[in-house]
Amino acid sequence: METHSSYARQSKRKCSLLLVFAALLLLAVLRDVTTGAAGLGFKQVTAAVFAPDSVSPTARAVVWSLRLPAALTAAVVGASLGLAGAVMQTILANPLASPYTLGVGAGAAFGASLAIVLDLHLASLPPEYIVPLFAFVFAGGVCLVVAMLGHSRAGSSAVMILAGIALLFLFQALQALLQFFASEGDLQAIVFWTFGSLQKAAWSKLGITAAILFAALPLVLCDAWSYTALLLGDERAESLGVRVASLKRRAFVLVSLLTAAAVCFTGTIGFVGLAGPHIARALCGDDQRFYLPLSSLCGALVLSAASTLSKSIVTGGIFPIGVITALTGVPFFFALALRGRWTR
Amino acid sequence: MTLRVQDLNFSYGSRAVLQSISFEALPGQVTAVLGANAAGKSTLLKCLSGLLKPSGSIALDGESIADMSPHRRAHAVGAMVQDIGAPARLTVLETALLGRLHALTLKVDPREVERVMGVLRRLHIEALADRLLTELSGGQRRMALLAQALAGSPRLLLLDEPTANLDLPNELEALRLVRAMTAESGLVTVVTLHDLNVTARFADRVVLMGEGRVIGSGAPEDTLTPALIERAYGVKTRLLRDGDRVVIVPEG
Repeated sequence: METHSSYARQSKRKCSLLLVFAALLLLAVLRDVTTGAAGLGFKQVTAAVFAPDSVSPTARAVVWSLRLPAALTAAVVGASLGLAGAVMQTILANPLASPYTLGVGAGAAFGASLAIVLDLHLASLPPEYIVPLFAFVFAGGVCLVVAMLGHSRAGSSAVMILAGIALLFLFQALQALLQFFASEGDLQAIVFWTFGSLQKAAWSKLGITAAILFAALPLVLCDAWSYTALLLGDERAESLGVRVASLKRRAFVLVSLLTAAAVCFTGTIGFVGLAGPHIARALCGDDQRFYLPLSSLCGALVLSAASTLSKSIVTGGIFPIGVITALTGVPFFFALALRGRWTR
Repeated sequence: MTLRVQDLNFSYGSRAVLQSISFEALPGQVTAVLGANAAGKSTLLKCLSGLLKPSGSIALDGESIADMSPHRRAHAVGAMVQDIGAPARLTVLETALLGRLHALTLKVDPREVERVMGVLRRLHIEALADRLLTELSGGQRRMALLAQALAGSPRLLLLDEPTANLDLPNELEALRLVRAMTAESGLVTVVTLHDLNVTARFADRVVLMGEGRVIGSGAPEDTLTPALIERAYGVKTRLLRDGDRVVIVPEG
């Protein structure tokens, strides 16, 4: 019974870890909301959040129209990228897999750039949704092409990774071509989009991203034990009763939706989909019941902290969040690699 | 409960790996599959576990393994493959629990944990329960995988090179345990082995393979003869008597 209780203790510890990270995320979002250029103090912001009628219309507008949607978008996008990265690393059995290393970010950036250059208008769609729609379609398209190529070779991870890397280079080249021919105004818009930004966050867009995240999370968790079995290899998982091909197909559809919904409104935000899963694995191991939600929480926490940092570097200014995640992510990543805790 | 294999054929592309394989494996007995490298032993085990789809028939107690759903097959067949590639950051207990995948939910029933702990205790590896696979030796990892194969209380146990990476005392102990559990639970156990003398000591029946065909099957004393061994391995051997045991010694 000793090890049984030890197993129960370990499971409890991992559950506590999830709760601690959820609490940390709450604090990080609160910090993010209270950080900004409008000169609103902590009390004013919390009053605007919890008792909107007790503050001035300006303070209410700043908090409800700008800061809250941006702060929550950071958390939801980070959570989506963290979860998508974790699922990708598991099904591809590769610690380097993430939405960006497999070309999804490059696909989204090309889609957005194409929409900017073509300056399309669709009667049934508000103008601010045209660029995200193109980014969504191309990001999801990259995921599906990678999945289909892998499926044609019985779900071979190596084929999928190589296909993703090839698409990354293809879309980077196409993006450069578009930029070469773009007008000065379009070029500026493209560069701004690829920086990654929470500036255009809005409740309606946040709703779409959040709906996909909260629909995907329980679906992924239902398959948690099957994902864990997959870590021992496809054949092993198959002999344990997992329908591997069908599980990978489901996973790729969810990853496509999560990633596409996350990047289409915010632009290129690197490293979150890579860093979140690695932090989670170092903390709780590979049991996917804990690893998947913790990766999501870590991704949210990292992007939320980056959002606060982006507003704190220059007084009154906002640094592009994609630049912050890359600049802070790389040294952090080196540290993880040197400690050797990121590998399986 | 019997495993009946009839006229099994399997090819990788145009290369025939298994040709007209037929044999029976009985409950409570260890059936060893022997043969030189690339004789088709691992492919045969993959076919028996349902991972590959050969022509011919494989029936466990009259029920075709190919017709079983993945869940039902996982319940009926416990398989231990040769290698798991890069080990995951899973503990031995978590790894063994996966053998009961069909019964696992997000919150694991303590009875499942206790049942799997019973298997670890039976294999004398309960002290490793909380250790990560990444921290274990190759031999210890194989014991964890053996526990996983046994955890689902299978009717058919398939072990591909279960003693690879084990030192001599652990090899003998692992095979003694497999033999004891096979007899106690009335399992049909099929195991691939390399060592002829170990096979002669532990197997109840032997299927000797050469170039994808069965060249002899039956009791060890009937199949591990110098003539059949030479056909399977291309090596001349002699049989020496050591009390009531026979030792196979290569000549030259």
